[in-house]
Amino acid sequence: MTARAPKKSPAETPPEAAATADSVVSPDATASTHAAKTAAEIKDQFKAQSKDEVLRDYLGMLRIRRFEEAAARAYTRGKISGFLHLYIGQEAIAVATQQAIEKHDRVVSAYRTHGFAIALGSDLKACACELMGKSGGLVGGMGGSMHFFDKAHQLWGGYAIVGNHIPVAAGHAFASKYTGDGAVTLVFMGDGAVGIGPVHEGMTLAGIWKLPIVFIVENNQYSMGTPLSRTLPVEDITSRAAGYGFKSDRFHVTSVAETRERIGAAVKRAREDNQPTLLELITYRFRGHSMSDPAKYRQKEEVETWRVQDPLERALLALQQLHGFDEAALEKLDEEIIAEVDAAYEFAAAAPQPPPEARFKNILVGE
Amino acid sequence: MAILQIRQAIRDAMKEEMLRDDRVFLMGEEVGYYNGAYKASEGLLEQFGPKRVIDTPIVETGFAGVGIGAAMCGLRPIIEFMTFNFSAVAFDQILNNAAKIRHMTNGQFGVPIVFRGPNAAAHMLGSTHSQAFEPYYAHIPGLKVIAVATPYDAKGLLKSAIRDDNPVIFLEAELMYSVKGEVPDEEYTIPIGKADIKREGKHVTLVTWGQGVPVSLKTAELAAKEGIEVEVIDLRTLRPLDTDAIIDSVKKTNRAVVLFHDWPYGGVGCEVIARIQELAFDYLDAPVLRECYEDVPFPYAENLELLCLPTPEKGLAAVKKVLYKRG
Repeated sequence: MTARAPKKSPAETPPEAAATADSVVSPDATASTHAAKTAAEIKDQFKAQSKDEVLRDYLGMLRIRRFEEAAARAYTRGKISGFLHLYIGQEAIAVATQQAIEKHDRVVSAYRTHGFAIALGSDLKACACELMGKSGGLVGGMGGSMHFFDKAHQLWGGYAIVGNHIPVAAGHAFASKYTGDGAVTLVFMGDGAVGIGPVHEGMTLAGIWKLPIVFIVENNQYSMGTPLSRTLPVEDITSRAAGYGFKSDRFHVTSVAETRERIGAAVKRAREDNQPTLLELITYRFRGHSMSDPAKYRQKEEVETWRVQDPLERALLALQQLHGFDEAALEKLDEEIIAEVDAAYEFAAAAPQPPPEARFKNILVGE
Repeated sequence: MAILQIRQAIRDAMKEEMLRDDRVFLMGEEVGYYNGAYKASEGLLEQFGPKRVIDTPIVETGFAGVGIGAAMCGLRPIIEFMTFNFSAVAFDQILNNAAKIRHMTNGQFGVPIVFRGPNAAAHMLGSTHSQAFEPYYAHIPGLKVIAVATPYDAKGLLKSAIRDDNPVIFLEAELMYSVKGEVPDEEYTIPIGKADIKREGKHVTLVTWGQGVPVSLKTAELAAKEGIEVEVIDLRTLRPLDTDAIIDSVKKTNRAVVLFHDWPYGGVGCEVIARIQELAFDYLDAPVLRECYEDVPFPYAENLELLCLPTPEKGLAAVKKVLYKRG
């Protein structure tokens, strides 16, 4: 497979889609402007999907977005501390990943991980508890937002030193090949990670040893506040795949279905042929890098421009335009999710902090 | 009893544990076809094949991380650093992943792994290849750190390290791979965390480990000629530290010197001294002294390098100083 839409250079970007001068990648070039988005375009994109599928994908994404919005509110009220990186705008990737994998596969991510936990089936209460440092948290309050791990739901991290999880994920894939367990490891990183050494070393070993792994760059345009044009010497991250002997694929994330299919093809290649793949998923985060980031390095117009690509909004339009969902029906669905999310945060707010002795546990086995 | 070199004892420990447990494998630079840069893995590729004796490119962060990731899946990797000087490249993997994953995941994942290889100065390798890494690793909660000085200890402790469910740093010494000693023919292990009294004495306690052990034993021989009985305690494990062994000896001798192959500033030597002053202050008849590397980056020139190293003569001077004996 090849990248779908050729990228426009900044010079070619039309005024109505103006990004900051430094931005490298534009929103999906095949998408028309927000106002001009037609029923025909939505119909074309979603024609192969049943109502139930579109609804499932929409709710999967909406659940993550509402959880993240609630996290932002809790952070603002001082209920969550530390570093909080939200997944708003990128939800389709986590939802698609869950659909593309089998029960024994492994998902390894960095520090923008809440979406993966939720999509993979982690308990919302446990997620909220972890954000608040409570004993019922996913990792008992030992990790916080940046260190979500949930082995029972295939989430293997949770890493916050940029890029240092790439060799570890290659190690999971090494173990799969060593034991023949048939599992595929999917490891995610941001565009800001691709320059750091461990990424290169992990990919080198995966290439030499033909490991069952998929490397997925979630290119959300910024490594913290610095745009791609100032962090990458080339525009196409997947051009690196050739140096490791990987297959590659590169596309704009505009729907769960397409993302699932294209991740799924890479998973199949890993499982059946021990052939690693490098994927670049072009996406956008609508919030700052973390809660302390007001994102002043980009203009409102840029953010709005990217909303034409927002998979959540597109799924919403599909439900409205193709499947007859009216405002009331959508409102009801939204309220159910908001109620579930609110209940999780209320549970977490009332939950006890970890007991004092918890800090001494799990440092070493047998002590 | 067989007489083995340390490199053979290490090889035998790995071989026996690989025979015992299919999950154990060896990975590192030149461990396979080259048989190990210091021949500590000689014959293992031939015996176990490339699936379990795995040559890597020169990517310490990469293969340290792969080992950690494989350990999280239940395998039991032995990762060889050609020297621990190169482990600095992989330091983040050991500090932030190996040591922390069990704690940070609330026990969901463990990292049963051994990182092993030669540590500290050898002979005229220059400043980047002559460093001791125990202060960095022993500083980190979540790791165990071992330093060996005899074939018997090397085999018994390496077997324990491989069977341990925690990440273990296993420090060898390049200049000691050919040191010979008795090793039992039958199966044995040595518990991690136990020091060994390498020579008994009643006048001064000499605490040491790794390359410091032979220097300390020679120090004791020189002292004996002057009627001074030095007790040489080989810590063998640097984390967790066998505090009881140190304190029991100091309570007997009332004087202590710590002799080690590392810089003086911070580190394991200082930890030993801190524990002695905290737990045996009233038993001390003299300040506790250190005999160790000089506080300089290692020079290449032979004469200069020799000046930087602890020697039996310097050890004897320190022993006499805590006894308030002249010259």
